[in-house]
Amino acid sequence: MELSTSILLTIALAPLVGCLLAGFLGKQIGRVGAHSVTILGLLISCGLSFYVLYQITMGGAPVYNHNIYTWFEIGKYTATVGFLIDRLTAMMMVVVTFVSLLVHVYTIGYMADDDGYQRFFSYISLFTFSMLMLVMSNNFLQLFFGWEAVGLVSYLLIGFWYKRPTAIFANLKAFIVNRVGDFGFLLGIAAILYFLGTLDYATAFSTAPTLVGKTLTLTQSIHWDAATVICILLFIGAMGKSAQVPLHVWLPDSMEGPTPISALIHAATMVTAGIFMVARMSPLYELSDSALSFVLVIGATGALFTGLIGIVQNDIKRVVAYSTLSQLGYMTVALGVSAYAGAVFHLMTHAFFKALLFLGAGSVIIAMHHEQDMRYMGGLRKYMPITWITMWIGALALCGVPFFAGFYSKDSIIDAVHDSHRWGSGYAYFCVMAGAFVTATYTFRQMYMTFHGKERFKVIEHHGHDHHDAHGADDHHDDHGHLEPGVLHHAPKESPWVVTLPLILLAIPSLLVGYFTVQPVLFGGWFGGAVHVNEANNVLGEIGKEFHGSLAMALNGFTQLPFILIVLAFIITTYIYLFNPAMAGKIKNALKPLWTILDRKYWVDDIYFAIFARGGVMLGRMFWKGGDAAVIDGVLIDGSASLVQRIASGMRRVQSGYLYHYAFAMILGLILLLGGYWLIGQ
Amino acid sequence: MFNHLLSLLIWLPIAGAVPVLLAGSSRPNTARWLALLMAVLTFAVSLYLIPQYHADAGGMQLAESHLWIAALNVHYSLAVDGISVALILLTTFVGILVIVGAWEVIQDNPHQYMAAMLVLEGLMIGVFCATDALLFYVFFEAMLIPMFILIGIWGGPRRVYATLKFFIYTFLGSIFMLIGLIYLYLKAGTFDLHTLAALPLTLKEQSWLFFAFLIAFAVKVPMVPVHTWLPDAHVEAPTGGSVVLAAVMLKIGGYGFLRFSLPIVPDASMQFAWVVILLSLIAVVYIGYVALVQDDMKKLVAYSSVAHMGFVTLGVFIAFMLVREQGNTDAARLGMQGAMVQMISHGFISGAMFSCIGVLYDRLHTRSIKDYGGVINVMPWFGFFYVLFAMANCGLPGTSGFVGEFMVILASFSANPWIALFAAFTLIIGAAYTLWLVKRVLWGEVTNPHVAEMKDINGRETLVLGAFAALVLIVGVWPEPLIHLMDSSVTQLVQVLAIHKV
Repeated sequence: MELSTSILLTIALAPLVGCLLAGFLGKQIGRVGAHSVTILGLLISCGLSFYVLYQITMGGAPVYNHNIYTWFEIGKYTATVGFLIDRLTAMMMVVVTFVSLLVHVYTIGYMADDDGYQRFFSYISLFTFSMLMLVMSNNFLQLFFGWEAVGLVSYLLIGFWYKRPTAIFANLKAFIVNRVGDFGFLLGIAAILYFLGTLDYATAFSTAPTLVGKTLTLTQSIHWDAATVICILLFIGAMGKSAQVPLHVWLPDSMEGPTPISALIHAATMVTAGIFMVARMSPLYELSDSALSFVLVIGATGALFTGLIGIVQNDIKRVVAYSTLSQLGYMTVALGVSAYAGAVFHLMTHAFFKALLFLGAGSVIIAMHHEQDMRYMGGLRKYMPITWITMWIGALALCGVPFFAGFYSKDSIIDAVHDSHRWGSGYAYFCVMAGAFVTATYTFRQMYMTFHGKERFKVIEHHGHDHHDAHGADDHHDDHGHLEPGVLHHAPKESPWVVTLPLILLAIPSLLVGYFTVQPVLFGGWFGGAVHVNEANNVLGEIGKEFHGSLAMALNGFTQLPFILIVLAFIITTYIYLFNPAMAGKIKNALKPLWTILDRKYWVDDIYFAIFARGGVMLGRMFWKGGDAAVIDGVLIDGSASLVQRIASGMRRVQSGYLYHYAFAMILGLILLLGGYWLIGQ
Repeated sequence: MFNHLLSLLIWLPIAGAVPVLLAGSSRPNTARWLALLMAVLTFAVSLYLIPQYHADAGGMQLAESHLWIAALNVHYSLAVDGISVALILLTTFVGILVIVGAWEVIQDNPHQYMAAMLVLEGLMIGVFCATDALLFYVFFEAMLIPMFILIGIWGGPRRVYATLKFFIYTFLGSIFMLIGLIYLYLKAGTFDLHTLAALPLTLKEQSWLFFAFLIAFAVKVPMVPVHTWLPDAHVEAPTGGSVVLAAVMLKIGGYGFLRFSLPIVPDASMQFAWVVILLSLIAVVYIGYVALVQDDMKKLVAYSSVAHMGFVTLGVFIAFMLVREQGNTDAARLGMQGAMVQMISHGFISGAMFSCIGVLYDRLHTRSIKDYGGVINVMPWFGFFYVLFAMANCGLPGTSGFVGEFMVILASFSANPWIALFAAFTLIIGAAYTLWLVKRVLWGEVTNPHVAEMKDINGRETLVLGAFAALVLIVGVWPEPLIHLMDSSVTQLVQVLAIHKV
């Protein structure tokens, strides 16, 4: 049975309705009203998304691909708004709405005391709508709409606490860096329209083979392969949205936003839009080995080098943020070796365990009265057991310990890279393998510093602030939540159920989803026609030949190099952070230059700020003062005005009022005139 | 009566200005309500254009013609096509909003202010209707007078410098056009645009005429390097003056290219298309950087206008490359439509941005960005609109600002990827200057104690900003009706481009 358009419209629009109600009538419907309508919208959306997934995978519904309305129609060019629902879309819809729903619930607890409560709910519902428009699109126009709309919401949410200078710096930076990516993305779309004459996915993919042999003429002597140009331009968009090197700089700063959105937007969904997009465009990417090599190298670089930065972070959220950068690198690597299904599979498992880690970190932050520095934590496990256990599940999934969700997705990526012969796969293999060690290192370090070892905070009971103890919410509390770092007014305690319930609900898939879905999704051709891989590039197909079930894969995983690296990291971090805490400082001092490089994030931010921000302003000032003010206005406009004035004042002197001056001029004129005639006559 | 629909549209507001003026300074409220009534009536009449104009048929419709100056064979002839209809609707719509916007703000002789606005509105409609070159020229020049008065009387401290600069700049530009028109008249014996379009001209003649037209319209648009009057004029103009200037008057430059340069001198336009394209790209990139460093909000938005109008001239002139070099008329239509949508959309967005600045200025009496900061704390509803219009100014999809730029960039890639590359740079630089402005004005803590006392927008201001917002979103979400309105006219224009005169 074909999916009905009204159901799909309901899925997309229910969050939008919630957003509008909470946003415009926030005052009237109050806090409870705001979270009720938005959560109701998400419940509808999420429930129907599961229904759609069921229909598509088991109910025998065919792929849905219809336009809703025409956006413009000019000659042979049309742009429409419509939906393409296949397995890839259905899976994304479930991931997006499910995580979003849990984040909505979690927000009730996390933002309880915030003045912008209704506004926050409005924003996250708007985000869900935008993200759904992005994944459900059947054309490049709507894709770009969703792409930019999630960027807008990300901007609004990073700057949610708009009084903080750091937050409003971070959101501006995030938007502009993303725009650099979108610049490439838009040109990529323009290139598709130029070569294929359409903005519709289905038409573009079916005519994609005609790109072979076509070139884009840049100069008389430079001709670039059409498919490569298109794919690289589109991927530049993905580099912005999915925070790939060198456009990764905005993501760590985005942690200025409230934690629920770090989980939803900056870990589980929006940042994976680039991965989704490339997977969706697989029929195009398969046409260009060069573009895929580019993707591979960029992804591999991010996977290893941003992960390294995570090791030196002390802010609990920033560790998770760098981990996200690194994991996005893994997904990109998978794309680069044509393992699109592997990338999307890791996207899904990552959405669960990374949202879990972020929300867990948020739970810790609530307990610590908005202290985010892990140096003032430690020993929290006995205060907040649910957070502790669920976060460990997320951590082990992230490290890729066999049986956990992340194991199936990450090890498959590592295997796929190993089997690939694409240019750059050797470098990528080193990066993802080393990255496995790095991931385990920063993850265990984070868990130990937060939950284990000695308590590094002091509790000084302080009466008069009792009403704040329940579940502190926003920055207002920073002023009086703790007098100095590491001093709390109350002992930390477990967060309320609205916070812990989402943790538990995310812990379940983080533990199980890989075990139960790896076979069909990775090796069973689950995506069907949604993802296209050339036979020669089908690394997952090769690996699949040696796949004998989830259990066997996990058991085999215990003997593989990645697991050995995890164990190594475990031993090292356990020794340092549990048994010999002084060791950390010694290592830091011994490796001071290396530590500085990582602490300064390879100076990338500093370089960008100097060149693009300061340089841009300098250039602008030069253009303004030098071009507009000096040359155009100074010389041309005011210059010609003063020239007229000078001539006029010269002329004025001629008009002296003396009759004999005029008589003289007349005679002179007459002589010249007659003389002229005479000369011409000659 | 409906044979004279266009005349009615032109003269209704101009005639309406008389009773407004007669209400005098002693009865300001009568003047205001009368002016509003006239503006609403004009808007209502202009809405009647929609059923009257047959969008599918295209061509010049609703024509009326009377001999005006027999000795020179000058006709008072009017007609509209889809592009004119769209621009007239924009004019009458903005006409209402500037009167509502000025309601309590203009305390000094409001009757004169309102009357000048109505006269200006009528003259601008005249420009969009005229099909006789001399009639066009008369409206084109006459329009300067009410604007001159608006800036000169209700303007800021440096208004005299600004008005002179504005007047001389634009007047100097149009002198060249007049010379060109006289030349054409001597050759053809008529000022009728349709006849002039069919007049055979050598490439040399066309080239001279092309530059005469270019100077006139480039000043109006304005294009680099003749744009420097605009920031000065905006800074000194009262809010309503800025809104009309940005929303409608600049479009007359773009409109002039369509009515004069394209049909009358197509071969020269093709030959020198690269000049216009280059200047348009300079407008996007160079002016983008200049906008980035402005300290004055109005100057910033004024420069942003120059950058955005670059897409109008770009979209119009890449059409030549697409039609004549590649024979891709559909891409040419795409670019030309993009330019037209950009004109309308820029009317909404720049009008809205200047209205927003007006709201701030009425409260704090400064346009300097550094005097603000943290406005969102005290004016959340204003903040909502401001962010919306800022996003539209950045060309966010879902707002009208995206539609035109998107279409022009798509079309220009087909013309030459390098053009698209520079044009698309607006995505980055436009976001940078717009959102940096938002950051400094809206976000942050309140540091200026006067900001803390600012009140959120009142009902009247909400009405104005809300009306702009509705159109920005409607066109952004569903541009097809607007595009359909202009499509047949754009198609005909593109066909004209293909006709060689030499």
